[in-house]
Amino acid sequence: MSEVKKVATREGWGNTLKKLGEMDEKVVVLDADLAAATKTGTFKKAFPERVIDCGLADGHMIGVAAGLATTGMIPFASSFAMFATGRAFEQIRNSVAYPQLNVKIGATHAGISVGEDGATHQCNEDIALMSCIPGMTIINPSDVIEAEAAVMAAYETYGPFYLRFGRLAVPVINDRPDYKFEIGKGIVLKEGTDLTIVATGLEVSEALGAAEMLEKDGINAEVINIHTIKPLDVNLIVDSAKKTGKVVTVEEHSTIGGLGSMVADALCQYYPTPMMKIGVYDTFGESGPAVKLLEKYELDAKGIYKQIKFWL
Amino acid sequence: MNKLELQKMANEVRKGIITGVHSAKAGHPGGSLSAADIFTYLYFEELNVDPENPNDPERDRFVLSKGHTAPGLYAALALKGYFPIEDMVTLRKIGSHLQGHPCMQSTPGIDMSSGSLGQGISAAVGMALGAKMQNKDYRVYTLLGDGEIQEGQVWEAAMLAGFRKLNNLVVIVDNNGLQIDGNIADVNTPYPIDKKFEAFNFHVINLDDAHDFDKIRAAFDEARTITDKPVAIIAKSIKGKGVSFMENNADWHGKAPNDEEFAIAMADLERIGEELCQK
Repeated sequence: MSEVKKVATREGWGNTLKKLGEMDEKVVVLDADLAAATKTGTFKKAFPERVIDCGLADGHMIGVAAGLATTGMIPFASSFAMFATGRAFEQIRNSVAYPQLNVKIGATHAGISVGEDGATHQCNEDIALMSCIPGMTIINPSDVIEAEAAVMAAYETYGPFYLRFGRLAVPVINDRPDYKFEIGKGIVLKEGTDLTIVATGLEVSEALGAAEMLEKDGINAEVINIHTIKPLDVNLIVDSAKKTGKVVTVEEHSTIGGLGSMVADALCQYYPTPMMKIGVYDTFGESGPAVKLLEKYELDAKGIYKQIKFWL
Repeated sequence: MNKLELQKMANEVRKGIITGVHSAKAGHPGGSLSAADIFTYLYFEELNVDPENPNDPERDRFVLSKGHTAPGLYAALALKGYFPIEDMVTLRKIGSHLQGHPCMQSTPGIDMSSGSLGQGISAAVGMALGAKMQNKDYRVYTLLGDGEIQEGQVWEAAMLAGFRKLNNLVVIVDNNGLQIDGNIADVNTPYPIDKKFEAFNFHVINLDDAHDFDKIRAAFDEARTITDKPVAIIAKSIKGKGVSFMENNADWHGKAPNDEEFAIAMADLERIGEELCQK
């Protein structure tokens, strides 16, 4: 795997914002003192007059974004996942989602792969928080190419968006001519017959690795990339479940209230299927190098493989 | 409008408040009544708005950050012509466009949904920044409660407004001195309010009687002369103003009058109205 190109999805957020800034003078970026880390710095350099750094005031920042949106501006608000969704939850719910305003929230540093900063900064609850807000679209891209496509799609689509990005450089897996991003449409990356692995974010490439390992044991896994967590591509998941009869979800998020819960809800209702949720098991993270943490929490390919084998 | 016309209009706003809250059997009359003269002045003198074109991009904006006093705003909007004043009896009822707290999706003339205290002022700051970025010269007004300014977000917003020298922003604090749990000075005092806003780089105007239209006019006129800062108007008011048994009584923060109390309240307002007609 060493020759594989790796880029953090937060780079896709930063790059695309700059492109959007060139395309549309109504695009405005809001920061909460984290421009360097969230990669909005490139936009700031190009369009300093269209950046509002609110300083350390995440909740207020979301409110400012809401006010800007009422005037026809297209605000992209940027912070870490922990603060963007935790600190600012109520502002997102009441000032953005309830009035259905066109605010795009880009949250970087999601999940335990934040690494050394440890538990206070490793948000494994953001999808749970955002998914229960009516009208919120949630996208968790699997690589930088998908991240760029997601930011562009959010710009092109009216309404509140929550875009989830990571700090860790992850393999580029969507670098192919037929790659197509469509909000709410999952992508089958590998067809299989024995079980379905539904993965999101950086876990998509890890799930592909796990599927390769399973293949060697004669287990033919289907791998689905769910970049849009809400609205969930229920049809794709149910069709796959009908084919394989077993579903495993993999996410760098709590198994409570994340992709796993949403897939379970859907299968429960439309096609009850034995399933397993792989993710962060109702615990906080800790400090350490990101890659080592993913290994420890069994969220790398090997850990996923191990957990699936145990379950089967 | 001259002073007498404004006084008469404010009395009609108060009748609308009492009618709405009584019909809903719930709501917040105290803070609606304390701000009734401010609502009246804003919609009949100060704001550049047109009920025929409620979404005009060039219009002045108003954010009711103390969203629970929606009945006062609704009554002012109705009397301005955004919708019939008769709609006040549908307040808080299922299917009504008059939600318990302002909803910009349902009521014409509402510039921002609000109700969760501390949030409206941030949206107002965003609107003021939006005007600057789009080279528009509309002004943005927001009304806060004096209890509301206990919320930390208010000061996050004030810091940015002062730093960015938002001279198109006017923050009004309805200083009626009471919140649900009692006297604001006893619960967790926000005083001195004026010095706090000054420290956040606002031009502060102390309006010592928010029920005197000469003084209200003077305050808003002064605000228009300030070109290098946002303005905070600290408006000293009487909670429940105009209804004898509600005045200066925290119990009437969030309670509706029963039929008997409604009759007394309306009689109070009718009497005030008749006195104004004698002038």
